Order: sequence, then C-alpha cells, then structure tokens
Amino acid sequence: MKLHPLDRKLLRDLWRLRGQVLAIGLVIASGVGLLVMSLTSIEALRSTSAAYYERYRFADVFAHVKRAPESLAARIAAIDGVQSVETRVVRGAVLDVAGFDEPVMGQLVSVPEDGEPRLNRLALREGRYPQSGKPDEVVLSEPFALAHKLGPGDHLRAVMSGRWRNLVVVGVALSPEYVYTIGPGALMPDDLRYGVLWMGRETLQAAYDLEGAFNEVSASLLRGANPERVVDEMDRLLDRYGSHGAYVRADQASNWFLTNEIEQLETMARFLPTVFLAVAAFLTNMVVARLVAVERPEIGLLKAFGYSNAVIAWHYVKLVLAIGAVGTLLGWFFGYWLGLYSTTMYADFYRFPFLLFRPSAGPFLLAAGASVGAALLGAIGAVRRAAALSPAAAMQPPAPPLFRRNRLFQPRLFERLDQPTRIVLRQTSRWPLRALVTSLGIAMSVAVLIVSMQWLDAIHRIVDVYFFAAQGQDLTVGLVEARSSAVVGGLARLPGVLAVEPMRTVAAKLRSGPRVVRGAVQGVPSHQSLYRVYDAQGTALDLPPDGLVISTVLADRLAVRPGDIITVEVLEGRRPVLEIPVVATFETYIGRPAYIDIGALNRAMHEPPSVTAVHLRVDPLFETRLYRELKQMPQVSAVNLRSAAVSTFNETLAKTMLIYVGFFIVFSATLACGVAYNAARIALAERARELATMRVLGFSRREVEYILIGEIGLLTFVALPLGAGIGWLLARWLVRAFQTELYRVPFVVEPSTFGWAILGGFLATLAAVLLVRRRLDRLDLIAVLKTRE
Amino acid sequence: MSTLGTQRPVLRARDLGKVYRTGEVEVHALRGVDLELWPGEMVVLLGPSGSGKSTLLNILGGLDSASAGEAWFEDHDLTHQDDRALTRYRREHVGFVFQFYNLISSLTALENVALVTEIATRPMDPAAALRLVGLGERLDHFPAQLSGGEQQRVAIARAIAKQPDILLCDEPTGALDSQTGVLVLEAIERIHHELGTTTVLITHNAVIADMADRVLVLGDGRIQQQRRNSQRRPASELAW
Ligand SMILES: Nc1ncnc2c1ncn2[C@@H]1O[C@H](COP(=O)(O)OP(=O)(O)OP(=O)(O)O)[C@@H](O)[C@H]1O
Ligand SMILES: [Mg+2]
Repeated sequence: MKLHPLDRKLLRDLWRLRGQVLAIGLVIASGVGLLVMSLTSIEALRSTSAAYYERYRFADVFAHVKRAPESLAARIAAIDGVQSVETRVVRGAVLDVAGFDEPVMGQLVSVPEDGEPRLNRLALREGRYPQSGKPDEVVLSEPFALAHKLGPGDHLRAVMSGRWRNLVVVGVALSPEYVYTIGPGALMPDDLRYGVLWMGRETLQAAYDLEGAFNEVSASLLRGANPERVVDEMDRLLDRYGSHGAYVRADQASNWFLTNEIEQLETMARFLPTVFLAVAAFLTNMVVARLVAVERPEIGLLKAFGYSNAVIAWHYVKLVLAIGAVGTLLGWFFGYWLGLYSTTMYADFYRFPFLLFRPSAGPFLLAAGASVGAALLGAIGAVRRAAALSPAAAMQPPAPPLFRRNRLFQPRLFERLDQPTRIVLRQTSRWPLRALVTSLGIAMSVAVLIVSMQWLDAIHRIVDVYFFAAQGQDLTVGLVEARSSAVVGGLARLPGVLAVEPMRTVAAKLRSGPRVVRGAVQGVPSHQSLYRVYDAQGTALDLPPDGLVISTVLADRLAVRPGDIITVEVLEGRRPVLEIPVVATFETYIGRPAYIDIGALNRAMHEPPSVTAVHLRVDPLFETRLYRELKQMPQVSAVNLRSAAVSTFNETLAKTMLIYVGFFIVFSATLACGVAYNAARIALAERARELATMRVLGFSRREVEYILIGEIGLLTFVALPLGAGIGWLLARWLVRAFQTELYRVPFVVEPSTFGWAILGGFLATLAAVLLVRRRLDRLDLIAVLKTRE
Repeated sequence: MSTLGTQRPVLRARDLGKVYRTGEVEVHALRGVDLELWPGEMVVLLGPSGSGKSTLLNILGGLDSASAGEAWFEDHDLTHQDDRALTRYRREHVGFVFQFYNLISSLTALENVALVTEIATRPMDPAAALRLVGLGERLDHFPAQLSGGEQQRVAIARAIAKQPDILLCDEPTGALDSQTGVLVLEAIERIHHELGTTTVLITHNAVIADMADRVLVLGDGRIQQQRRNSQRRPASELAW
C-alpha cells in the first residue's frame, strides 16, 4: 500500500511527537477511563439489581404491622394493581454466636415451610430452606455466615420471646431485600454484629404469638400499576393493625442505599471526566497550535502547490483524531478494567448472588465521542488558522516576537537580575495568556487532587462530630417495644454501667401542607449528656420544653421554617395526630432526624413515661459481664456498640472510598505530568535554538536548564496556589452535588490536604521536567547553528 | 613576524580527522589537518562548500570532537575532553560569531552582551563592547528592532566582550549585503586590532581573504594551500 506523502508526514509527526501524544493520550485516557468506569458500573449495578430483583421476586410495596390476621392477605391481594402478596413474621432478636462475646443482633424473617416464598425469594448459596416440623432450622444471610465462618450443620443461639433457643444452620443465602444489610441505627453494614436469619413461618408464629397472623406484608404489583394508590389502599386496610405505613421499594432500606450509590456514581460520571477532557482539549490546542506555527512554511508551500484549505485542515484534524484515538483506546482499556474492578467491589459490598458486567457499547461510544470531541474542540482554532493562512504569508517567516521592556518589571529591581532570569521573565510575560493557560492546566491537577483528598477530610469530620463529639455513650440498648421508663433504672443497676440516658423513638408521618415525610420523632432529654443533639458546626443543642428541633434536610423536604407548625401523625400507640411547632433547625451530616423533649413526647402520646432505647456509658472492665447480662434480657432487641460502629464505618470506607481516592490521585498525577510535560516540551522546542546558542557561548547544561526549568517553575509557582483555590471551589461545588438524603458530606479541606495536593502537583511537574531535561542534554549544538530561525 | 620564535601557538592541530557516520554512510569531513594559530594572528579559511571548514572551526572551538588526531589550546588537549571541560573552554577562551546571528530575542542588545559578561572571568563593560562595534546608541533595542548587520555586530560584541583568546567567525557576512558586510568586517578588524585577539574567519568570499595575515584553503578535508599576505588590506577597502 502506498501512503499519500501527507499521510506519511502525519505518521512521522505522530512519531516525533510521541511523548506529547502519549501525555495527552494519558490525560484523555484518564477522562475516558473514569467515564467508562462510572457508566459501566452504573449499568452493571442497574442491570444486576434489576435482574436480581426480577428473578427473586423482590416486592414492590412493604408494610409492617403489629399483628394482623392472615385473612387480610386476601383483601390486600384484591387491591387493584396488586399481583401477589406474601405475609411474614419479622422480628429482631439478640443472638449468641460461640466465641463472640459482644452481642449480635439478628433479624428473624419467616419463610414458608411448604416451598419457596412467593416474594422476596432467597438465593440459596448453600444448603436448603428450613423444613416443616423442624423448628430449629435456620438459613443464614451469607455475609453474616462468612463473618462468623458458619455453614450448614453449625449452631448458634437466639433469644426468642425471652428464651434462648438453639438453632441449627441448614442453609446460607442472599436476598434481594438485603443487598445492603444494615442494622437498625447503624450506618454501615457490620456483618459480625448484624445478620439476617430465615426461619420457618410456623416456628416464628408460635414463638411470637402470631398464630394465624403476620406482622409484615409485601406485595408485588402488576405492570403499570400506580404504587402510590396501592400504598394508600394498604394503609387504609392496615391502619388499625398498628401499621407504620406502607412504603414503596424506593424507600426500602437496602434498595435505597443502592439507589444512593448509583446517584453518586452518576455525579462522578458528570464531574471528573469533564475536568480531564477539558484539560485534554487545552493540551491538544497547545500542541496543534505549536505544530501549525512551526509548519507555517510547509503549509504555505502545500497551498502554493494547489492543496485546498480543506485538505490542509483535514490533515491536522487527522492528527487530532489520532491523538484522541490513542487516548480513547487506552481509556477504554482502563475503563473496562476499572469498571469491572469497581463493579466486583460493589458486588462484594452490595451482596448480589451474581454479577452482570456486560457493558454495552453505549458508555464506550459516549466516552469516545466526548474525548475526540474535546480534542477537536481544543484544536479547532489552530486548524482554522492553518487553513486560513494565505500561501504567500505562510512562506514568510512569522514576524519575530517583539519584546518590550515591560512596565510590570520595576526597572530597578529588574536591573539586578541576571540575563537568564530576564529571559525567563520576558518569555513568560510576552505570552501572558499562554502562560496563564499552562498554569491553569497544572493548577487543575492540584485542584483534582484536592477534590479527591477532600473526601478523607470530610469523613474524618463526620467521624469526629457524629461518633465522637455527639455520642458520649458506649453502647445503646434497643428495646423490643416501648417500655415503661422503669427499665432505665434496671439497666443502670447492671454491672459496669456508669450512666444511662433514655430515648424514645416514635414512628410518624410528618406532614406540612401537601408534603409528607415518613420518619420518626426522637424523644431525648432536653439536656443530653450521652447521646447529644449536635449540629454540623459542632455545637450541642438543648431542646426547648415544647416543640421540635429538626434537621435542615427535613425542614427543606417539608418546606418549613422555625415557627411553622408540623402535623405529626404518630403511627404507634393511640396514633395521635399532633400539631407541633418547629422551634429550631440544625445542620446534620447523616440522616434527617427530628428531636423533641422526651417528656413532651410522652405527654403528647398520652402515655406514661416510656422508652425504646437506652444509651449507656460503661466501665470497660465490666464489658463482658454486661454483654452476658444484656443477652439474657428478653426486652432487649438490639445492642449497638459505638466503637464497633466507628470501626465498621472506617473499614467500609477504607475498602471503598480509599481505593477511589487512590485512583483519583493517580489520575491527577497523570494530569499534572501531561500538562507539565507538554508545556516543557513546547518550551524546549521554542527555545532550542537559544538554549543551544547559550551552550555555545559557554553556559553549562545546568545553567541552560535553569532557563527551561525556570519558566516551567515560574508557571508552576503560579499554578500551585491557583490550583489550591480552584480545588477549594470545585470541592465545595462537588460536595453540594454529592448530597443525598442519607449524607451531607461536610465541606472541609484541611491545610494538610492543600499541602499534599500542592506537593503532588509539584512532584508531577518535576517528573515531567526531568523527562524533558534529558532531551536538553542531547541538544545538537551544531545543527541549530546551521539553520535559520 | 619576528616574534614567532619566542611565542607558542595558541591553537595547534595535528593530523585532525573527522568522520560523520549516518547509518551506513561515512562522510570524511576532515582527513588529517595540521594547523598552528599564533597569538594575534588573523586567519581566513577559504574553500568550497563541504570542504570541512565549519567542521574544523567547530572542533577548534570545542563544539565538536575529532574522530582522529589531536587539537591543543595552549596546553589543554581538546580532543580528549568531556563536555564539562569543553564548556569551560568555550566560556573562558572562545568567542563565536555565526552566519545566523543567534541572538536571544527576549534580551536587548546590551543584555545579549551581558549574558556573556556575567559568566566571563575578565569581561569588558558590555556597553563598551557595543561601542566597539559601533552600536553605542542601540543598547536598549531588542533584536527584532535591529537590522541584520546590526544584529551581527551585536553578535560580535557578544563574542568579544569576554575578551576571548580566540575569535571564531563562520561566514559572518554570509547573510548580509556587501555594504553591511564591510561594516561587520570593520568591527572584527577593529577588535582584532584593539584587543589583539587571535581570529579565524571562514568565508566563501576570496576578497575577504585580503584582510588576513594568513589564508588557508581547505579542500576535501585537507589544507590544500596556505599563503601569507604581505600586507593586510583594511576592511573598508573591500568590496564585492
Ligand atoms: N552532522 C553531520 N552529519 C553528516 N555529515 C555532516 C555533518 N556535518 C557536516 N557533514 C558533512 O561533512 C562535510 C563537511 O561539512 P562542513 O559543514 O564542515 O563544510 P563547510 O566547508 O563548512 O561547507 P559550507 O561552505 O557549505 O558551509 C560535508 O560533506 C557535510 O556533508
Ligand atoms: Mg560551513
């Protein structure tokens, strides 16, 4: 095959510029990689969960009741739009696993003894379902089983209705309902301390006095059914059986976490690749503009020979396409690999029995389009200039740059500078825009580093405020149901208990005009000493004797301000409907709590003082004894240890976020290197002649390097603080974009983060400059002197 | 030249050879050149294109290394030196002027000269160097604001401001018209006269040879012919 001479030139140009092409390619690849990674992960999470939900019949609507007769199931099934109904018994229980002192909580969920459940089926990983007539058989959730190394044939104990029961494991399973298994009051899955146990329905009915009855119902809907209407209908039917209100799949805890995660991935897919591709656009611009400037005479010659503008433009466009293609291919490769890696990680974190990682062409094409588009956008100006050159003008050498004595430089000060320094300063100030843009490129890498590392600062702040400042208790004991506050005194007398503090949580619908939020109101003492109501600024709040203190997220959801009245439809006890004023709002990082003085809450409920949880401060010496006692108490349904919550929080983040932060740091370093390398290479190409002349005049390598490195150094010197500023702004913006119902990531950038980011940007630039410096050593002194400028 | 007996040559070359290898092809640019340059001498190198003039000059100036033979500056061996030593040699002893002026475009005339005097051991005042070449009025002009001849004179001022032991000029008038060329040659002549710098000047222009003490004609990598002018003609009388 014979190549057209222009194409041969193209190939030679690409080869000659290979360092720069690769540097831009890597920046593009980072953008493409991140985009492909996020999009394929989103796709995989979506399709995996959809397939999982479908195959295992994950229900669409759920409701908890205190106790409802089985006959109600038929009436629910008759609701317009409902496809099938499954009633269950679901209870929390304290477990005892041999060799594990700390209390373990279990969620006991019934499964029919006569075959598979209609809805929320189990993905059995090992063993089988419990059999009829064998009341001690259980199926364990896989993460819990793995954490405790339990399998079919192993034993564990559970307190059921105040009695220890010996259970035997017959199976290990996953469930679409527990993709994300999180205990009540916990933030992160803790597989050691919380697990799901499926047991025969008859067994659970007998244990909890629910013969012929259920306390949980789930329903699947027909295609096209209106879930809100079904929810309303179910509420109407279930109201008098102590329902806390039916809710749809979107509000189901596990699914809700998963959806949040996907949303965050979407934010990431929008944000980071954009930064990278914008920088890539700028780099292509830099390189192509330089190439066109150098090739002016050739362009003129080609035109004089009769090549059309379009052919010339196409020639440079092909160069850009080639650069884009290098980046895209690399990026596809990284992206596929990263997508697979992150999806596998998700599959481990969100428990799926299978993984559908079959990326469609979409993400890849989108990423390719975006990257090539960005590169072309960057080059369009330079290409247009090339095409527009008139042949005569093109063959003239470009007018030599006219330097001026710059007013910027104070003559007195400037006089003191040596000539090489003057060269550096004049070069930079001669093309201030270009200098600024190069600085901006390096600055972006510092900014991206700050944005990535800011997460760690934010998380430390969350842990500090949420777990340490706000929580003075060592553990929290959850009760099966609201109990007389006499239980508080009982707990206070347990061994090693130093302080106790009651809490009462009441499930409620909070309503303001047409806006409704399903949630809870938490009653705590007006001045709390253990579990403190803390705002994001780190101030403890005392509650007023009457009225609600609610989180700003909740206030936004309900569109209320202090002074407004909220309708609280309590879903427990006598189900009073209360009109309570909002007294204050406060900022929180996690959840959307509403607090009220516990005395006021009890009065409003028309009940004697009751509690649902008690916070304890404990002498560590007595921990083991205390745990043993707590496990014996029938009214205790949950024991949450703060230390365990902190460590799972940190472990989980270490497994997920730190890995991402690591990726981002690598990508940012690529960005900094790519920009600095290209800037240095172009500076070198433009100065080669002058630098060679200086070598001829007797300047040593070191002294000549000073000019090149000085220029990049100067730009970097400007870039680093600039990057810190941009990073600060981007982080603030991103933190806002990342807010979900669950988390408000605080905007904190520690000085050390600025420090590390600046150091990172500096090192990456240094690496690029050192690479280019090697070329400086190979400068051909004689060749430069033989040719005209 | 009665002093010749008591003086030692500034530069000596013995059997100097240079081979360029590009792939399979070998080009013998120099094939055994013997040469001595005496203090205060003005030598013109003539010869057809490709005869090895620039190659010889570059080796003598420490820009290039020989493939064979020896070259000495006073008692420094130039042929077995590393880059660092050659750099020092250029910095302390050699002034270069090239056909293309190779000024630093971001520095003014004065600063271009100061660039060299800042690193020299016994420099002249840069302004004085520029006055020597007749540019005392143009100190603060940037290269882009100067004509070709003026730029070349700045290059000469830059080359001699360090008071080098040898001044090497490779076709300094090559890019200039005859009138301007004469101005440049006058500058070289004046410096040679006032500072007594040993000067080697490459040219294609036989007329220019008349201003030399000695004329060497290179051909095919060897010195083909050597002659001594009984009298040097002043540059101002030259025309071509
Ligand atoms: N870098 C190089 N690589 C290969 N060959 C070279 C190189 N430099 C010079 N030559 C060859 O060496 C020979 C001598 O070159 P040189 O530049 O010394 O000639 P010159 O006498 O200065 O010619 P001119 O008058 O045209 O400047 C020539 O044949 C040239 O082709
Ligand atoms: Mg030559």
